[in-house]
Amino acid sequence: MKALLTGNAAIARGAFEAGVSFAAGYPGTPSTEILETIGRLYPQIEARWSPNEKVALEVGIGASLAGVRALVAMKHVGLNVAADPLFTFSYTGVNGGLLIVSADDPGLHSSQNEQDNRNYARSAKVPLLEPSDSMEAIEMTVYAFRLSEEFDTPVLLRTTTRINHTKTIVTLKERQDIACREYRRNTPKNVMIPAYGRLRHQFVEERMRRLQEASENTPLNRVEKGNSIGIITSGITYQYVREAVPDASVLKLGMPYPLPAALVREFAAGVEELYVVEELDPFLEDAVKALGLNPRGKELFPLTGEITPAMIAEKISGKKLFPGVALPGDYKEEEIPPRPPVLCPGCAHRGVFYTLKKLDLIVSGDIGCYTLGCLPPLESIDSCVCMGASIGIAVGMERANPLLKGRIVVVIGDSTFFHSGLTGLLEAIYNRSTITVIILDNRITAMTGHQEHPGTGKTLRGEKTVSVDPLAVAKGMGVKRLRVAEPLDLQSFTQVLKEELTAPELSVIVARHPCALHKPTAGQRYYVRIDKCSGCLLCLRLGCPALYVQEEEGKQKASIDKNLCGGCSLCSQVCRQGAIMEEVAE
Amino acid sequence: MMTLETTLLLVGVGGQGTILAGKVIASWALKQGSLVKVSEVHGMSQRGGSVVTHIRIGQEIFSPLVERGGAEFIIATEKLEAWRWLPYLQQNGTLIVNEQEIYPLPVLTGARSYPHALGSRLQKSAARVLMIDALKIALRCGEPRAANMVLLGVFAKEIGAKRVDWHQALKQNIREQYLEKNILAFNAGYEQKFTI
Ligand SMILES: Cc1ncc(C[n+]2csc(CCOP(=O)(O)OP(=O)(O)O)c2C)c(N)n1
Repeated sequence: MKALLTGNAAIARGAFEAGVSFAAGYPGTPSTEILETIGRLYPQIEARWSPNEKVALEVGIGASLAGVRALVAMKHVGLNVAADPLFTFSYTGVNGGLLIVSADDPGLHSSQNEQDNRNYARSAKVPLLEPSDSMEAIEMTVYAFRLSEEFDTPVLLRTTTRINHTKTIVTLKERQDIACREYRRNTPKNVMIPAYGRLRHQFVEERMRRLQEASENTPLNRVEKGNSIGIITSGITYQYVREAVPDASVLKLGMPYPLPAALVREFAAGVEELYVVEELDPFLEDAVKALGLNPRGKELFPLTGEITPAMIAEKISGKKLFPGVALPGDYKEEEIPPRPPVLCPGCAHRGVFYTLKKLDLIVSGDIGCYTLGCLPPLESIDSCVCMGASIGIAVGMERANPLLKGRIVVVIGDSTFFHSGLTGLLEAIYNRSTITVIILDNRITAMTGHQEHPGTGKTLRGEKTVSVDPLAVAKGMGVKRLRVAEPLDLQSFTQVLKEELTAPELSVIVARHPCALHKPTAGQRYYVRIDKCSGCLLCLRLGCPALYVQEEEGKQKASIDKNLCGGCSLCSQVCRQGAIMEEVAE
Repeated sequence: MMTLETTLLLVGVGGQGTILAGKVIASWALKQGSLVKVSEVHGMSQRGGSVVTHIRIGQEIFSPLVERGGAEFIIATEKLEAWRWLPYLQQNGTLIVNEQEIYPLPVLTGARSYPHALGSRLQKSAARVLMIDALKIALRCGEPRAANMVLLGVFAKEIGAKRVDWHQALKQNIREQYLEKNILAFNAGYEQKFTI
């Protein structure tokens, strides 16, 4: 049967066809829909969100050791979190096959960096697969489990955003019947004390040698014969190369690590000009150069962002892929205002950022929708590095610079708090920090499209489970000053925040209000009484997409787009003229 | 009908339904026996940012992306986004634009201004420009979120496709309870007369 699937849906399908029975992950664009699809379509697979990627990999390792095929999916930065188990699991190897999917994001469509996770395959010494479309995503997912079990290794499947979120046509197959393997204690293989680790490292190096042979022979690495221009490529750039220089010879690497050295040499010998086309790091290029070959790669193509077919055509064949565009004479790029993403209209947590800005605090931020509080006009975040970093960073700032004391606040989302905020909070308690931690508890993982997490009371499949309360967690850890505050009530929220800032100890404030997109407030919409509006435009400092300026008899007045208004009431609280009122229900 | 070969961009503001519109186009094209590649944007920009879906339909497609000067059609659910993505339109391309204006935050806060007279400038910006107040029509059909379907109706008519085939594609992608109003909106777009 044929279907049109995104790369993510295809990986989920591949897991189904490969007889996988366990899947875990933590949401992160562009990987999220892999687990979501498994949860929705394949009841044969136990699918779950873990609190973070490290735990997801660990439960995956457990499933593998216990004897079943397991898939673990995450975005590229998630693999940093899961790197610790990965590097040593590479030594122990598997029982049931284990596949790690790393979804990279060249171009930073939705990420804090654009690291190239192919490097993880090399440093953790595991084989790497890179699909070029959804059909290959299915095939490689299935193949990965055979490879994993045959070579006793975890396998890394690396995608990029354009693979994850592009739909292409696939053919669907039946599910393989894979029985659970027998479990037996195997101490020298699975208990990594130094004595056994040394032996397993030797095994790993020998495995790399055998994997390299496999890479020479796998049909995933193939030559497409063309003219005397030779291009080595993998992943999405394979498609761009075929589009841009259709007559070139191409060495397509579906399994780029370990590199099939003999195949590369043979390919290079058969062409006159040799190129490597790859996004981000010169991963292939360096390996090809280490063979003593001299391809052109990063001297032509950027180390940052995405590559396009037009770029490839221009650099390799010196041709323009499309004739120039004749833009209208009045077309000026400078005139086009950017359209950055924004906190949704109706988002209660806007009230937190409004308050933080008003009080002129130093805000250690974290990752989620709320990171958007860094943009004008709210402009109230000082730093944001990686998930969970906010608390540690705040602790360090406070201790290092006494002038900042009493002004340092953390904002961290509920999902992020459970992901990796807990250990940061322990640091703050243990080392007697006096910062104020605000947990923005919108009861969901919002940024990535509303996934459940340990605080929501539901599992990935929507089944009921315990709901962990961040306040109870903080209390259990030993935090003495704990508050719950309603971010929609500006006055009382400001009061609570001021009290906690002046307190000479660590405080945790849970700002609790559900996500406006997930659970919209049922309240009335608001409108501006033009006769009362003084035109001060204070309300516009909330940065709400529903508020705008209107000319009224030559004067600027605030106005509310009632199709957008979320009914949060923040603007009416901010207005000093009492000009913003609730609409009366008809 | 002939098997279609075309390249188009769906552009708009996160939350306006470009992903759904992309799904409908893809279902329709598949049914016509064409190959399709659809590249979407998920994640951060869906929170009210500028969004784009790339669609390529044909017999042999490698890159899923549409490039500058490569789109035969641009379907825009908002005027500023039509203008932003204009460099992607081919020289003889067709621009289908919803007349709606949605101010981005820098405009709302007064830091930037929304380009003046964009409607008349867009009208002169391409070989063929079809402007329509899709939101108004969608509201008339009882479903403000169906403005995207009005634009699909215009597109379907423009490429000479049969209405029933599109209804089928809508049915495949839209839940029963919303289907009727979406079909109404699609039909309104399909029947719209343009004087150019
Ligand atoms: C290590 C890591 N994993 C996943 C992500 C992707 N990610 C970014 S924000 C976010 C969700 C944050 O949820 P929450 O803290 O509840 O904030 P909200 O978006 O709901 O405001 C996720 C999963 C990431 N950036 N880094």
